[in-house]
Amino acid sequence: MKYTLMINEGPYQHQSSDTALQFARAALEKGHEIYRVFFYHDGVNNGTRLSAPPQDDRQIQKEWSELAKQHDLDLVICIAAAQRRGLMDADEAKRQGMDADNIIEGFRISGLGQLIEGGIQADRTLVFGD
Amino acid sequence: MAMLHIVNKSPFERVAFESCLNHASAGDSILMIEDAAVGAVKNTRFSESIEAALKDKSVYVLSGDLAARGLSEDRIITGVTAVDYAGFVDLTVDNDTTQSWL
Amino acid sequence: MATKKFMFVNRKAPYGTVYALESLEVVLISAAFEQDVSLAFIDDGVYQIAKGQDTTGIGQKNFSATYKALGDYEINKLYVEKESLEERGLTLDDLMDLTWEDEDDDYEEKPSIHLVDRADMAGIMAQQEVVISF
Repeated sequence: MKYTLMINEGPYQHQSSDTALQFARAALEKGHEIYRVFFYHDGVNNGTRLSAPPQDDRQIQKEWSELAKQHDLDLVICIAAAQRRGLMDADEAKRQGMDADNIIEGFRISGLGQLIEGGIQADRTLVFGD
Repeated sequence: MAMLHIVNKSPFERVAFESCLNHASAGDSILMIEDAAVGAVKNTRFSESIEAALKDKSVYVLSGDLAARGLSEDRIITGVTAVDYAGFVDLTVDNDTTQSWL
Repeated sequence: MATKKFMFVNRKAPYGTVYALESLEVVLISAAFEQDVSLAFIDDGVYQIAKGQDTTGIGQKNFSATYKALGDYEINKLYVEKESLEERGLTLDDLMDLTWEDEDDDYEEKPSIHLVDRADMAGIMAQQEVVISF
C-alpha cells in the first residue's frame, strides 16, 4: 500500500506527530510505501532544526529527519503555513529577507498542491491532528 | 466500501467521539487512539455507546495509548480489540478509506 | 491524473483556531486538480458559513466572503448537517447564501449548500475516497 500522511500539530504540544511517526515506522516495517508526509497548520514545526529538548526527552524533529534519510521519505512542509509560523529554508529566507533559515535536513517546503497530489497518488490518506 | 474511523479525543471531554459514532456506517471499523483510548474502558458513562456500536461495527483501541494512561487491557469493553501500531496499519489496509475525527 | 472523491470535513468554529481558515486554503487549491470535491459542515463547523460574521472586534481578518468564491471554482457540494444546525439553534436562514452558476444549464444560479440529515451525511461520507478533516 502507498500512504500519504498529513500531520497537523506541532511536536511536543500534541501526540499526533508521535503517533504518525510510530505509524510510519510500522507501515514501513510491513513493506508499505510512504509516498509523502505533509505537514500543515502547526505541524510545520516538526521541521525545525532549532529544537533542543531536554536530554531525556525524544527528539521528534530529528526522528523524522532520520526516518526520511533511512527510507528516502518525502517530507513536505506547507509553505503558506510555514511562512505564518517562521519556518524557512535557505531560499525562502532569502526571498523574505530573513537573517536565518531553520529547516532540518530531510524536509522540503512546497505548496498545498502536494497534499492533494499525495491524496490522489496514495492508496490511503491518513490525517493526524487535534 | 468500508471506512476506518480514527478517534483521538476522550469522549468525556469532546463530542468528536460521539460524532464519529453518529456517522460511522454498518461494517465500518473504529479505532481509538491517543486520548480516545480512555473510551475503551467498561462501566463508564460512555461504554453503552460503544456496546451499541459493536452490534454492527468493529471497535479497536491502540494498546500503547491505553497502557500509557494507566489502563490495563482487562478493563476494556468486551468485544473491543486491542491492537498495536502494526495492527493499526493492518486496519488501514483492511478498510478502503480512513477518516480522522479531530 | 486520476479523479478521486475528496471530502473536506469541517467540525470547528472559525477564528478560535486556525483550522477553518487553513482548511479553506486547502479546498481552494484542490480546485486546480479537477477532483470530485465535497465539503461537510458538521458540529461547530456550521459556524464557518454563518452569515453576518463581523471580526472587527477581535483583530482578525474576516475570511467568510471566500466561501462565496468556491462556486466559481465549481466547488458546489457543501453538505450541511441538519441536526448540527438544530442543536445550535440555527436554521438554513442563518447561513450565507452560497451559489454557483451551472454553465450546462444556461448559467443558472444554483445553491451550493445542501442540507442533509445525519443519516444522509453518513452515507455521503461512506462514498468518499479521501477524507481530510480539520
